[in-house]
Amino acid sequence: MENIRNQTKIFFLRILNIPFAFLMHAIDLIMWPIQKIIGVRNMPYIFLLPNLIFFGLFVIIPLGANFFFSLSSGDELLFAERELPTTKQYNQLFDCESYLNPNTCTEDFFWRGVYNTIFFVVFQVGLMIFFSVLTAVILNKKIIGRGFFRSVFFFPVLLSPVVVGLIWQWILLKNGAFNAIIESYGGDKVSFLTDPSWAMASVIFVSIWAHMGFYTLIVLAGLQAIPPNLYEAAEMDGTSRERIFFRITLPLLMPNLLVVFILASIKGVQTFDEIYVLTGGGPGTSTSLIVQYIFTTGFASSGSVQNFGLAAAASMVLGVVLLFLTLMQLYFSRNKESKHQEI
Amino acid sequence: MSETTSKIIKIATKKRYKNKYHWTDYFSYFYLFLGVLLMFGPVVWLGLSSLKTLAGIQEYPPTILPLSQIQVDVEGYDKPLPIFNVTQEDGSVKQLAQIKRIGINAKMVDPLNPGETVKVPIDKREKIREFKIQWQNYVDPLRKYDFLLYFKNSTFITVVATIITLIINSMAAYALSIYEFRGKNFALVFVIGTLLIPLTIILVPVFYVVANFGMINSLWGVILPGAATPTGVFLLRQYMLTLPRELIEAARMDHASEWAIYWRVVLPLSIPAIAVLAIFSIMWRWNDFLWPLIVLSKSEVYTLQIGLNAFHGELTSQWNYVLSMTMVTLLPIAIIFAYLQKFITTGIASTGMK
Repeated sequence: MENIRNQTKIFFLRILNIPFAFLMHAIDLIMWPIQKIIGVRNMPYIFLLPNLIFFGLFVIIPLGANFFFSLSSGDELLFAERELPTTKQYNQLFDCESYLNPNTCTEDFFWRGVYNTIFFVVFQVGLMIFFSVLTAVILNKKIIGRGFFRSVFFFPVLLSPVVVGLIWQWILLKNGAFNAIIESYGGDKVSFLTDPSWAMASVIFVSIWAHMGFYTLIVLAGLQAIPPNLYEAAEMDGTSRERIFFRITLPLLMPNLLVVFILASIKGVQTFDEIYVLTGGGPGTSTSLIVQYIFTTGFASSGSVQNFGLAAAASMVLGVVLLFLTLMQLYFSRNKESKHQEI
Repeated sequence: MSETTSKIIKIATKKRYKNKYHWTDYFSYFYLFLGVLLMFGPVVWLGLSSLKTLAGIQEYPPTILPLSQIQVDVEGYDKPLPIFNVTQEDGSVKQLAQIKRIGINAKMVDPLNPGETVKVPIDKREKIREFKIQWQNYVDPLRKYDFLLYFKNSTFITVVATIITLIINSMAAYALSIYEFRGKNFALVFVIGTLLIPLTIILVPVFYVVANFGMINSLWGVILPGAATPTGVFLLRQYMLTLPRELIEAARMDHASEWAIYWRVVLPLSIPAIAVLAIFSIMWRWNDFLWPLIVLSKSEVYTLQIGLNAFHGELTSQWNYVLSMTMVTLLPIAIIFAYLQKFITTGIASTGMK
């Protein structure tokens, strides 16, 4: 039986292989003369070329163009029809009487987004790392059904933002399952997504729900890298579990956690999709973050006129924040590697 | 039987530490139990509810299983009426059909005797339910609305983008791992550099580039910008570095062209890494939202994600269709996860990417 199954599998793989082999032979008809002309030494450039063209077109050129867009004004997308140079966009973005009060700014939307993002990232990242570590430590124990539990916690990571947003929007409805549970325990109904004081908390909760599994997995890998003989020695000495955790596990996990922390911050600052589906940034602006501002200013067709320059300027500001975080991540992950080598 | 049960009990109650339960053991199982409820519950709940009627979905407090109220045709009424068990004043229970609810009272009629109506306080009645699966929720949106088209678009984008990604990324990885050449380090830094620039900070100019190619409202406008992934190049390069060089030398001795070495020797040997990248790419593409949202504004080119979001925005009250289509959207990924779980988790743990 097993044999037959394997044979059919191989048969199907062979059939799948036919168009692949055909394509590859066809490409070889072009590649062979090229190799004859430029020589083996120069072939790697040919192999690199397609990927670099894509990078150039869709990453490097846009990065340069972003400066251009942010430093020019006009409603047109075409280069020739925009006015250059101007710091108008940045002036408008940073035109505030007091930076602490978004209402005094010309672009109050942007500043609300900034403060919402800071609030969101602080709580989302903090709580998420706390729960990821807790989950990872528990999953690292010798428990029954470890694989099952691990996949349960990981599973939401694979769901698309739309799916996550819709599931939770429906569960958090005023007449939804969550409120039914609360009421059955004698609580009062809560409008999780339409009450401004609850919306942010709900959004943070959903975002943690969706992304926690990913960080749990990374922390778990870090936990498994801790040498088991340390634990054995501690157990021999009769050290209490609490002490083992605070004196061995946590300190050895720290470099790992730093990287996870920055990684989560980088992702957190860019959060957009789930919130867009869940609340659309509302009620009012209470859950609208920076990327939401960029999206609305640059692309949302309804309401105000599209302002590519302002959107580009805002993304430059976001870019500076991300660059700072990324450099920190590189610094710490390099530190982590060198420490590992010392051990 | 009893032996296995006792074995299971023994395993379940196995003590790890000094033959004593520590409070952390109890806490762990409690936490995991809660975790399963919270993590898995919503999706199970979604699956069950997508089989309910619209009325069943809107019911509050909700039922867990797809139960719906039995309805009967009563003479003299156009619509079928829902039936209730009504407790009479003398304590006996009678089945009555409800015509209308007025405040705390309900106007009801006996289906066997449609002539006279009675007023019943609403707390005296109880719904009669039956188990009924509403496959209509899945069939209707595919027929009446464009979900089949969205599904096709999503599949096209996922398949084509993954193939392109795999080919160009593996080519670049091959060049960066097998050869020594001038500018190799520069190319490597270049690739790392692109890793630092997420789409969110270059949204406007990428849109500009795509618009210049005339790819707005075209599936290619979604496929091409993300085709070259720095993570993919790195993943494959790290793997290809471990391949034995002798194989490549031997192939060169046999006068194989460089392209032939690439696809006949290196690619087949790198299948494990390519599989991981393929799974990632399928996940990225199927779940992609922000970029398609910007590029695709006509409903003929919507992907499943965009279509679902738009559908929900237009018809907020059609939760039965929204739930069933959400199931359709998440099912392919769930199936892939069920089969290839190990690949995905080890892939993430070893590369730290998602």
